[in-house]
Amino acid sequence: MADSAKGQALAPPPKLERDLRSRLLGEYGILIIVVVMAAALSFLQPQYFLSAQNVTNIVRQIGMNALLALGMYLVILTAGIDLSVGSVMALAIMLLAMADQAGWPWPIVILIGPAVGTLIGLINGLGITLLRLPHPFIMTLGTLNTVRGICYLVSDGHPVSGISDPVRFIGIADIPLPFGGEFAVIPVSAILLLVCYFGVAIFLQRVSLGRHIFAVGGNPQAARVSGINVDGVLVFVYATSGFFAGLAALLMAGRTGSGYPNLGIGAELDAIAAVIIGGASFFGGRGTILGVFAGVLVMGLLRNGLNLMDISAFWQQTLIGIVILLAVWIDVLRRRSGRRT
Amino acid sequence: MEPSAIDNPGAPLLEAKGISKYFGAITALDSVSLKLERGEVLGVVGDNGAGKSTLMKILAGLYPPSAGELLFEGTSVRFNSPRDARAVGIEMVYQDLALAGNMPIYENIYLGREPGRRVGGLTIIDRKKSREMAANHLDRLKIRVKSVDQPVEELSGGQQQAVAIGRATAFDARVVIMDEPTAALAVKEVGKVLDLIKSLKEHGVSVILISHRMDDVFYVADRVMAIFHGRNFAEAPLKSTSRNEVIGWIMGTKGHTESLAHDRVR
Repeated sequence: MADSAKGQALAPPPKLERDLRSRLLGEYGILIIVVVMAAALSFLQPQYFLSAQNVTNIVRQIGMNALLALGMYLVILTAGIDLSVGSVMALAIMLLAMADQAGWPWPIVILIGPAVGTLIGLINGLGITLLRLPHPFIMTLGTLNTVRGICYLVSDGHPVSGISDPVRFIGIADIPLPFGGEFAVIPVSAILLLVCYFGVAIFLQRVSLGRHIFAVGGNPQAARVSGINVDGVLVFVYATSGFFAGLAALLMAGRTGSGYPNLGIGAELDAIAAVIIGGASFFGGRGTILGVFAGVLVMGLLRNGLNLMDISAFWQQTLIGIVILLAVWIDVLRRRSGRRT
Repeated sequence: MEPSAIDNPGAPLLEAKGISKYFGAITALDSVSLKLERGEVLGVVGDNGAGKSTLMKILAGLYPPSAGELLFEGTSVRFNSPRDARAVGIEMVYQDLALAGNMPIYENIYLGREPGRRVGGLTIIDRKKSREMAANHLDRLKIRVKSVDQPVEELSGGQQQAVAIGRATAFDARVVIMDEPTAALAVKEVGKVLDLIKSLKEHGVSVILISHRMDDVFYVADRVMAIFHGRNFAEAPLKSTSRNEVIGWIMGTKGHTESLAHDRVR
């Protein structure tokens, strides 16, 4: 369509250089940060950081936040927020641990986490759409407290340990690699993460409902007059966020072998941080799966690296705060360079 | 967009008979009638609050009328949602355009009606086909864009308006209702959008154009009707009226011409 001397072509000619710069900063900027962090850590801790043991350790450590952030990403794409995921995870892990202890068959026990999560997610979604509360912040702030309270009530505040091996499989098992020695393994949880991330990525790209999530975040009014069931899309994203919180509970049940009622206090903020570091817009409609994963990695590498270097956890939190601000500032720069009209 | 078989020859394409609309105690429309012929551009004028937009939203299925009847090709129709209106071929271009700025042109054109394979209530989108269909469709309307992959927010107001019109005509539209399509445009873009409306007419699409701008109405419309205080006030073929007369209608006066020219009203 180069023959646009006449007609509706009113935009300035494409500026390749500008496009490239905005792409570098935007889509790959966060990946560059991940690579730089990994390079710095392998330089500072050459004997530990890239060891097979440490790498699988990182993969295991990021699992929970990776799943929570994936669900949170869908919610943030619709310009919403889900504060309840930490509490949902705690209730899910207590219920599945108690069911396991009561001798329920493991194929049912492993479904409890995702089922409980989806149910509470549905309640969030229905509350937001049916009760017309002014912002999802309020509905999920309510469930954050209520669900955590229910979690303490059902568990009486006590942890439940000794979760059976088949239930722990997804969270703890490793598939040994044919080379590289004792610690060269692929954790089953890593495979679960890959499946979830690929699944959501394809869903968001290729399925109408996935595109409608972007439309609802971009312009809910446009979505509505296009015949999209906006409320249905919202209920779906909160239910999915709950589902992933429940799946994260199953992962943690496997990793730790026990259910404890104060699991995931503040986990919702880590999930939000990962999504925002990954370049998704808080105002909805913008973001990439790759960015979310990079955001999760940045937080994971930061924690791991500071642990390896024996720097106190107080510094970890300080730095994560700075990284959030830095990442969003890069995004602001990108937008400015990408759209100067 | 080929003209389909005419079921009731002689019947107007779209007709509204005695439409009333009440919002609580407020009467927005009082027994308003409207006729739209095939391939006709009808200009609808009226002051702010006269009821133009309410009438259009009834025609597009956004509001149900409190009383009255809609006829499409002489057959009575009832719209419970914009989907129903769209099913018979009535599309609306909203004043605020109703586009998702974060999404590319081609996705906006097919939003909610994505081409692809249906799987249990969802569609597996055929993106290649969607892009091709969008490019061909815009080409037919002589709408030029750099690429259908461009996000809509990067387009100028006129281009966005063109995409909104492309969207409205993507599926065999018979009637396109446009609410102030030039209100938010830069002067140099107005002409292009008006030419686009003319080209819709050449494609056999009927257009209802709501506008405040006499220039727009007199450039594209075949007939003009005025609504005043929720009632039919006057209407005439464009040839037998004048700007000043139509401006008089907007203000609720008939028979004045020169003395009410808008640039002389204090």
